[in-house]
Amino acid sequence: MSDSHSPVPAASHAPDDHGHGHEDHDFWGHCKLYVYIGILLGVLTAVTVGLSYVDFAHIGMTRWIFGLIGISGNHINIVVGMIVATFKVCLVGAIFMHLKGEKKTIWQPLYFTAFFVLGLFLLTLLHWYDPIFSTVHAHH
Amino acid sequence: MEIPYTVRPRPDTGLANPKLGIWLFLASEVMLFGGLFSAYIFLRIGAEPGYWPRGLLNVPVGAMNTAILIASSVTIVLAWASLKMRKLSAYKIWMGVSILCGAIFLIVKLAYEWPQKFEHFGAFIKKDALAKYEGLYLDNQRLAKEGKDPRMEISGHLHEIEVDASGVDQAKFEAFLKEHKLVSKPDEHDPKLLVIEGEHLTPAMAERIETIPGLKLEAFQLGLDPINADPTNADLDKPHFLYRGPTDKIGKIERADVEFYSAFAPKHSSYFAVYFTITGLHGLHVLAGIIVMLYFWLPIEGGTKMFRKNPEQFTNRVEVVGLFWHFVDLVWIFVFPIFYLL
Repeated sequence: MSDSHSPVPAASHAPDDHGHGHEDHDFWGHCKLYVYIGILLGVLTAVTVGLSYVDFAHIGMTRWIFGLIGISGNHINIVVGMIVATFKVCLVGAIFMHLKGEKKTIWQPLYFTAFFVLGLFLLTLLHWYDPIFSTVHAHH
Repeated sequence: MEIPYTVRPRPDTGLANPKLGIWLFLASEVMLFGGLFSAYIFLRIGAEPGYWPRGLLNVPVGAMNTAILIASSVTIVLAWASLKMRKLSAYKIWMGVSILCGAIFLIVKLAYEWPQKFEHFGAFIKKDALAKYEGLYLDNQRLAKEGKDPRMEISGHLHEIEVDASGVDQAKFEAFLKEHKLVSKPDEHDPKLLVIEGEHLTPAMAERIETIPGLKLEAFQLGLDPINADPTNADLDKPHFLYRGPTDKIGKIERADVEFYSAFAPKHSSYFAVYFTITGLHGLHVLAGIIVMLYFWLPIEGGTKMFRKNPEQFTNRVEVVGLFWHFVDLVWIFVFPIFYLL
């Protein structure tokens, strides 16, 4: 495998299932990281929930910091929530999906994907130039 | 037909075909969900103040489902690692746990979360009628003073509806009520009106009753949600961690004052439309993942039997479904905060 954290292919092992104590130890040695990352992701889920109940707009320091980049009110909570979620997603991608240390052939199409998906999100900024009015219940 | 490069890497790409294939597929999936998330942002930005609901979903249940998906991501990577080390029985256990986690996630969604929403009643009040309910079930003056979005909706569990059935074909009307296990009785305050009640009186049923020719729906009676039962309580403005269902306090809304009413279904608002679209599509991905994982778990030709013949190819197959499953987890990591929390 291209990832240094992945278990070594057991070429010498017969494709059967007679594990022994020594091999069990090896298995856990390789898999510990996955379990730790899983626990970390669980903790970060609790952190996401906890942070969503913190009113950052009423805390002087966070209000000031986010104010510098023009973010205020409940939008601070949205940005904080998205930062934690993005970090979690990076962990899943890097460790579980083995993107850390993955070949260039995999990364290249993903650069394009990232570029186009960011383009999709940026399209929403066009609402500044063409605001949508009465999208809710306009048909009534 | 022999499929080439299922185990050995292709000389030009340096990768076995399944791996490159699944990554290209996942890239297209990113674009699919990206489009929907983009729609979410657009609808949220465009929503009028008071029309983007918050705190309507059950946070502990959503958090539990997030933890379940994360756990299944760990177990499926352990299943793959077990195969790498040629431990079939360990693989069966980890893969079995992954399938179980996926199934629990889907059951919670389909049997608990969604049905609850389809029974919940919400009525958006006409702007010129809001004053009538101010102080009763709404406190928009206080919200305005505090710089908060107004509340345009009164919600809860539908208990009764009041109808004027004087112009209705009585025999057909009685048959309709009987068919849907509803009962009617004369209104205590106004003998011209009938009160319809029954276990099956859902918001969708109220909509159906309203289409009966000659019948006029006059008012709704509902067990109010906490936020409408105690509108002056500022503590209730913010969503609470623990979900609080409708209270015993009964509220009455005149049909003429209602701009639009519905269950918490896709047509309720842009919020629920995009919520059901994204969680529905995500749910389909969970289902697809479960089916493929089950196929690789069973002792059949393409399943664990393959392990005996060609362990490396089977391991690659499991790696591919694992990558798909991690992607399903990854999408949920974004879905949970944007719909449940923020």
